[in-house]
Amino acid sequence: MKRRQISAVVNGDPVEFLSWPGATLLDALRDELLLTGSKEGCGSGDCGACSVIVDGRLVCSCLMLAAEAQGRRIETIEGMAEGGALHPLQRKFLEHAALQCGFCTPGLLVAAKALLEANPEPTESEARYWLAGNLCRCTGYDKVIRAVMDAAAEMRQVRV
Amino acid sequence: MPQLDYVAPTSAEDASAALAAGGGLAKVLAGGTDLLVQLRSGRLAPGVIVDLKRVTGAIGIREEDGSFVIGAATPGAIVGEHEALGRAWPGVVEAATLIGSTQIQGRASMAGNLCNASPAADSVPALVAAQATCVIVGPDGRRTAPAEAIAVAPGMTSLAPGEFILEIRLPPRPPRSADAYLRSIPRTEMDIAVVGAGVNLSLDDAGLVSRARVALGAVAPTVIVVEAAAKALIGTRLDEEALAGLDAAARAACSPISDKRGTIEFRTKIAGVLARRAAIIAFARAGERA
Repeated sequence: MKRRQISAVVNGDPVEFLSWPGATLLDALRDELLLTGSKEGCGSGDCGACSVIVDGRLVCSCLMLAAEAQGRRIETIEGMAEGGALHPLQRKFLEHAALQCGFCTPGLLVAAKALLEANPEPTESEARYWLAGNLCRCTGYDKVIRAVMDAAAEMRQVRV
Repeated sequence: MPQLDYVAPTSAEDASAALAAGGGLAKVLAGGTDLLVQLRSGRLAPGVIVDLKRVTGAIGIREEDGSFVIGAATPGAIVGEHEALGRAWPGVVEAATLIGSTQIQGRASMAGNLCNASPAADSVPALVAAQATCVIVGPDGRRTAPAEAIAVAPGMTSLAPGEFILEIRLPPRPPRSADAYLRSIPRTEMDIAVVGAGVNLSLDDAGLVSRARVALGAVAPTVIVVEAAAKALIGTRLDEEALAGLDAAARAACSPISDKRGTIEFRTKIAGVLARRAAIIAFARAGERA
């Protein structure tokens, strides 16, 4: 069995990597590209810790083969801060203490970013439904939701 | 690790040829939200994975002579964003978009839901109630089959080796028609239907039900069409007698199992309740179109 060469764009940069046919995108991100921000929680699409954005769609990278990434544009948690400047969602997660162990945080941030790109003014209920696929066993979600709503409000202000 | 190959053909014929060459060890990949879980758990050890997403027409929704044609690998997110489809087939769209999380919606397809052949598949009762048909491509060319003919038992389909669904077609809609899908789960999100009910109906000029179709999920080895339940609605305005007839017929058609999600008694009772509620919603939607 041979490894296949995959070309894709990750966080704006063209990348090439080798992948086994059964490897997931999450495997490739972590083991080939050494982008270990995306986490494997369940490996079955239930927990959202591996969330990434592929061609503008939020997906679980554990449920996508690396080979499918050929020619796709992928955004991971590593592309969220711009240089040293944290994304407003990242800042608000820190301000609101919206994390404890931090394992779910990269997935929650990527999912929340996708939410605010699709809907800059979500209601709390919309935010909760959108993030229902991101499990967190520490925070009880309330601080996460407060951080997301606060970041959304700030980002709307900046936009005006 | 056993041999595994991955191919992403760009034509339906090449996809069928790759599937046929792989024999029983070939698996179709659309959104992968079931397939990758089965791969990982070791339940499946395919020799080749044939990714449909680069096949022309496999992703996207188009209108053709009053029909909506939905590419087999079209994810739920695209189904949910299509305004014209949502107006014509609100029940099909709500069923498809109920499945899983935002992340799953970015990938999961209705054709995948059909071919995974779970009795609890959310989009299937809605597709069956809608009289959706599947365009199937195989080594002998193309054929069409109704949505209810795809699953034959839990996890098993009627597709022959080398065959796959290329697109799902929803038939032209008479005026004053609408559908609805409801499911029962113990929480609000991210769960598998304990019971699902799809109702599709049309009203005549006087506002009476002229056509109806009722399909139930998770109450039998496959999604079932309940003709007696539909018949109870015909010629009525969904008065209590009609709804009681629908409810009784839906319950009578159930042959569920008891499992951790619900008992036989619970599923049977809820099937009647959900069929009633879905019929009331579909009736109200159809009435708004008068």
